Amino acid sequence: MTRIELTVDGAKVVDDVEPRLLLVQYLREQLGKTGTVIGCDTASCGACTVHLDGHSVKSCNVLAVQADGAEVTTIEGIATNGELHPLQEAFRECHALQCGFCTPGMIMQSADLLAENPHPTEAQIREGLEGNLCRCTGYQNIVRAVRYAADATSATTDGGAA
Amino acid sequence: MTTTEEAPATAEAAHDGEIGRDRRRKEDRRLITGRTRWTDNIAPPGTLHLAMVRSPYAHANISGIDTRAAAQSPNVVAVLTGADLADTQGVLANAWPITPDQVAPEHKPIAVDRVAFAGEIVAVVVARSAATAADAAELVDVDYDPLPAALDLRAAADATPENGGAIAHPGLGTNNSARWIFDSGEAGTGGNVEDAIAAARTDGIVIEREYRQQRLIPAFMEPRSVVVDPTGEQITMWSATQIPHITRFLLAATTGVPESKIRVIAPDVGGGFGGKLQTTPEEWTAFAVARRLGKPVKYTETRSESLLAAHHGRDQWQKLTLAARADGTVTGLKVELLADLGAYVALVGGGVPVLGAFMYNAIYKFPAYRFDCRTVLTNKTWTDAYRGAGRPEATFAIERLMDELAVELGRDPLEVRRQNWITHDEFPFTTVAGLTYDSGDYESATAQAVDAFGYEDLRAEQARRRTEGDPVQLGIGISTFTEMCGLAPSRVLGSLDYGAGGWEHAEIRMLPTGKVEVVTGSSAHGQGHETAFSQIVADRLGVPFEDVEVLHGDTQVAPRGLDTYGSRSLTVGGEALALAADKVVAKAKPWAAHLLEASADDVEFAHGKFTVAGTSEAKTIQEIALAAFAAHDYPEGIEPSIDAEVTFDPVNFSFPHGTHLCAVEVDTETGAVRLRKYVCVDDVGTVINPLIVAGQVHGGLAQGIAQALWEEAVYDDAGTLLTGTLADYLVPSAADLISFDTAIRSTPATSNSLGAKGVGEAGTIASTPAVVNAVVDALRPYGVHDVEMPCTPARVWRAIQDGSAS
Repeated sequence: MTRIELTVDGAKVVDDVEPRLLLVQYLREQLGKTGTVIGCDTASCGACTVHLDGHSVKSCNVLAVQADGAEVTTIEGIATNGELHPLQEAFRECHALQCGFCTPGMIMQSADLLAENPHPTEAQIREGLEGNLCRCTGYQNIVRAVRYAADATSATTDGGAA
Repeated sequence: MTTTEEAPATAEAAHDGEIGRDRRRKEDRRLITGRTRWTDNIAPPGTLHLAMVRSPYAHANISGIDTRAAAQSPNVVAVLTGADLADTQGVLANAWPITPDQVAPEHKPIAVDRVAFAGEIVAVVVARSAATAADAAELVDVDYDPLPAALDLRAAADATPENGGAIAHPGLGTNNSARWIFDSGEAGTGGNVEDAIAAARTDGIVIEREYRQQRLIPAFMEPRSVVVDPTGEQITMWSATQIPHITRFLLAATTGVPESKIRVIAPDVGGGFGGKLQTTPEEWTAFAVARRLGKPVKYTETRSESLLAAHHGRDQWQKLTLAARADGTVTGLKVELLADLGAYVALVGGGVPVLGAFMYNAIYKFPAYRFDCRTVLTNKTWTDAYRGAGRPEATFAIERLMDELAVELGRDPLEVRRQNWITHDEFPFTTVAGLTYDSGDYESATAQAVDAFGYEDLRAEQARRRTEGDPVQLGIGISTFTEMCGLAPSRVLGSLDYGAGGWEHAEIRMLPTGKVEVVTGSSAHGQGHETAFSQIVADRLGVPFEDVEVLHGDTQVAPRGLDTYGSRSLTVGGEALALAADKVVAKAKPWAAHLLEASADDVEFAHGKFTVAGTSEAKTIQEIALAAFAAHDYPEGIEPSIDAEVTFDPVNFSFPHGTHLCAVEVDTETGAVRLRKYVCVDDVGTVINPLIVAGQVHGGLAQGIAQALWEEAVYDDAGTLLTGTLADYLVPSAADLISFDTAIRSTPATSNSLGAKGVGEAGTIASTPAVVNAVVDALRPYGVHDVEMPCTPARVWRAIQDGSAS
């Protein structure tokens, strides 16, 4: 067992974990963060995407011990004071989810994408989400939602500056 | 009547009723915040974890299983083989034996002495954690004596013990499971197809083609998971399934545990597409182990296990003969089909080609048709329903043939279709396959699609590129499709030897606070039932959308139901709810009359209120609900409840249709295909929620396009699945696809009061031939007449080389 200390969705946690434990297993099984899900075993689908120190990672591809000292944010930690994150709102508004299994990872990846490029083109959105699979939506409304969130965020930002 | 419905421009446009309103989904809040209840999130205290030991061989006798090392591993509770569970594991049923003499091997959840496909379970390890169970599974030592494996569909169909061909189940002596024939001459629905073909050979056109429907994997995003808790009075199973009701019935029927002692719950389910329309070895094994040990058990498959062992779809060879007169009028179609069942006859696996049998004539009115199908056992993963189930294969065949006919005639493929399709004034139309299409308007849908597509401009660009010898050629593909949805009238299913009915059940409970609880036997896994069904009930009862709560997916909460598949939820389940709402109103009326001191004949109901003509007196349905709860004052002779239940059995299928147009650019130097434009106009009848309908079309298109261009389950010569991860099985990503131009028309169905036709499978059925027609169209100047699916760069490049050489 190895001692790790990290922050998950704003809360400090200290745990002893098996060195082979994956971050996604740690989140789900030890912390009960079941909003993050496992869709594959080859880091192909992106369903388990979370943020590690502000950047998206596939949490099936990171060991829990590698998150020692880090700040982890999951889908359960992005709404603030009960107010949905702009991407959560956008996914709902644009019907960007059906079964919803890929959605937590898709939203976390989209957040990373918009952090790097606040005004992406359709092609940039599609490229940026290439590592996250969805079987229900054909991606059309996911792309729409990311643009919607980008527009909403920039409108808010512009409003604040004015 | 035909109306065109376009989504309102604003988010929640002002609207009188709920029907046709683009409500945002009720389900979404929990899904976007991570508060979803997937089966894998459930673990009662003390849950034991299962790991399956699976055969690496496609076909082998099991000569010994040594479980000692695994059983002695730390935290391992038990290691059980098929022999250990022989008396209690039950069998996996085939609910649709398509002929009385169908040959089907017995399918035990855990193989006992022989394995028939790579991935079949031979033992189960039970441990206190999933990781230790997986570790110990590696220690189970199984001795296999390999047997010849039947892998190639056409070779398997011809194999006999005498000719030395491999037999998937040697004890059966054949790989041929069933032969199912429909002949319009014999059925009295049309003429003799051989006569039509003979006449066409003399002075018409005969098109003969063979098409392969490659093996596909449904690849739902949520891997299958099952939890069984045997403590308490009932055994409770949570499962990532489309069919909790059918699962409960078959668990009871095959294990001897009474139905009343089994509760099956499908909590949030992450996609299905037919892939979770199955009763599975994993569920049956978990059920048997939980009963044996008396403890809760859980099994969640890995993605590799899912791709390997959850049922696959398609996998057919089609031999087709189309007869036409010299003027392009189609006179007959003969279909000779081989369908690969895999190693076992799955729940409805044998019936999948039969569902297609009624759709090969599509929207056309030719007079002679014969469908002759053989289902064949092989040593591969079993096959069953995958989005469309039989209908995509049929649509692909006829839509590819219509293009080939057009080429033969030297005419535009749209024109040849127009010449042969049923016109809007000919409905209702009884087809050569014996179905009665109730409504549709192929002309208008096509005209709208052609306009939106810019058909003439793209044809002009195509001509220019051809003249200039552009290495990137443009192809235009057409698919004018219909499908049979709303499975299904129970009597029809009975006549086809299906083991169950096609009804659906609904209940509406009027709560004293004025809220409404709706119970449906249809079990959602991403379709948005909670939203669409709320809209239907809110519309009929005149109550706020927010006040309706939809309950489903639990045999204790929704005891009667036949679950979700075949685009049936709205047309059958939604209609049951609509009728139940009407019944609530009818039951509430005497209460209203009594409380308003009026004759029931003078009381009218609209917008949630009972009123008396000529007065301002009114009672809302919520007030009646509270009055019925109190039951202090009500007419003699009626029960103190306005709740209602309805079981609805449809009288006919529904027949959505549409016109899909696809443009692709094909790089003739590399074989790469790029989607350029996709336009579709779908007539799905009355639309309850345009946002959900558009989403269904988008997702369906993605899956159909993926069959055309990317996806294929590939086995090697030893029967090992080579596409066993999502790195190898090419589910498309956002970067592979484009934004589609989708539009909806609404010619109401006449088979249900909603006028709905269903939309879940439309995009998948229509899009595959549109894309392949486009690829082939691009390559006609190179002498190419077909590209086998999926149209990968390698296959396209090879087709160009072969075509140019010929």
